[in-house]
Amino acid sequence: MSKEVAVLGAGMHPWGKWGQSFIGYGVKAAQDALKDAGVRWQDIQLVAGGDTIRNGYPGFVAGATFAQALGWSGAKVSSSYGACATGAQAIGVARAHILAGLCDVALVIGADAAPRGFFAPAGGRRPDDPDWLRFHVQGITNPTYFGLYARRRMDAYGATAADFAAVKVKNARHGLHNPNARYKKEVSIEDVLGSAVVADPLHLLDICATSDGAAALVLSSMDFARKHTTDPVKISAVSTVTPVYPNTIIEMPNMSTDSSAGVGLPPIGFKESIAHQAYEEAGLGPEDMHLAEVYDLSTALELDWYEQIGLCPQGDAEKLLRDGETSIGGRVPVNPSGGLASFGEAVPAQAIAQVCELTWQLRGQAEGRQVEGAKAGVTVNQGLFGHGSSVICTV
Amino acid sequence: MTDKTHAPAVEGLFTMDPREPHLLGSQCRGCGTYFFPVEKNFCRNPGCDEADLQEVELSRTGKVWSYTSANYKPPAPFVAKEPFEPFAIAAVELEKEGITVLGQVVSGVGVESLETGMPMELVLDELYQDDEHVFMTWKWKPTSGSGA
Repeated sequence: MSKEVAVLGAGMHPWGKWGQSFIGYGVKAAQDALKDAGVRWQDIQLVAGGDTIRNGYPGFVAGATFAQALGWSGAKVSSSYGACATGAQAIGVARAHILAGLCDVALVIGADAAPRGFFAPAGGRRPDDPDWLRFHVQGITNPTYFGLYARRRMDAYGATAADFAAVKVKNARHGLHNPNARYKKEVSIEDVLGSAVVADPLHLLDICATSDGAAALVLSSMDFARKHTTDPVKISAVSTVTPVYPNTIIEMPNMSTDSSAGVGLPPIGFKESIAHQAYEEAGLGPEDMHLAEVYDLSTALELDWYEQIGLCPQGDAEKLLRDGETSIGGRVPVNPSGGLASFGEAVPAQAIAQVCELTWQLRGQAEGRQVEGAKAGVTVNQGLFGHGSSVICTV
Repeated sequence: MTDKTHAPAVEGLFTMDPREPHLLGSQCRGCGTYFFPVEKNFCRNPGCDEADLQEVELSRTGKVWSYTSANYKPPAPFVAKEPFEPFAIAAVELEKEGITVLGQVVSGVGVESLETGMPMELVLDELYQDDEHVFMTWKWKPTSGSGA
């Protein structure tokens, strides 16, 4: 049995700080995706929402919230949460329903209205919650982890602050003409290095902002798709893996790693396993990919992903970047959308937005940022508390 | 200030020995794996069926795996001093336990004084105060003679 589902439609609400409800952003993205697909809302059989935890109860039941806003239609509903990997959870639910024959066509929606500055945990005194604990007893924010990983690259591979800045320069250039990007401005190495240090060695412009935004996809069975279009973009794999014990790399939101004292390390690390699982499922490898959308929470993390998704051997990411191989026009452009560097992070929308970009790229519709001849692409992303997220699209 | 009671910011994470404090973890009697903070009820090693965990004091010295800094005030529930003083943060590997533990680095030691592999020891330091208490947490400090 084919494990492919079709991407019939993609839609987004531009990222920014718009001061409105996440519901409106999600509805706009959904309406655009439906229009793109040529499918009526009333014909959608499943609504898969990606939850936001910063917008009250409606955010925890996002699927139903969007269904109500679009007009109750009797569709099945699901609401998923996986931190930054939330979108992949929602895509996974929709895909599983389609592949199991439980529905023919589904609408996936993620939207957020984000606060400014550092993300902070929910209120109240909750010492059993590692997300609360790390803030309270040590003042450890998300950029702390980004800084630790960046320093490792410097020590292990000789990366420099200028290498990290060059990722921002590349992504800012990629995002210049993306109508959904929040920042559409060229940035220089000097701009990055001249911005304030937030979490040494990372500067303010090395770290992504928090944004409002929304993304939506209409997914369907291949049979349903053939009645609506020819040669649709297909989702060939969705990886939502968790780590294998023991995960000995420090990860958000924990203050300690698993212990390696009682049991040996798994053959590959968690971050490496995320795309690996997707490649296995698709029967493809990194050498088959024409582009990648990776989760650049920080510039240095983008370099880590090059290696973790197999674009180059460990320690070679800086060279790949410097050689221009990950710029549009290079061997395997990374974040042609502009990435989080140009968007900022709208948590539950992000993994869906990555697939929207792959869809437009593989259709040849990514105006101003098109990767010529792209036939296959991979996304990768990770949510705190152990959520992997990787999607492979092909045409 | 001196008549205030010293109390841990959160109970059960570390001993309050002012000279040689230890983080409090647990160890599975079946497979030997360690947990911090304490895991009381089950072993998280999927290959181990043991549910017999004992509380243990973790090694109070280790080596820097990586380090960074907090140059901007973290949000609540962190209680920051006013004016905010930036601090360094280290991820320190405990060899015997096979775990890496995060913690602030003591005041006065910035990232320029740190390097990967540097030996560190655990100390207690003030996190914040209220009218009656001085709330303490653990911090990492370069081991005497390690160059910082």
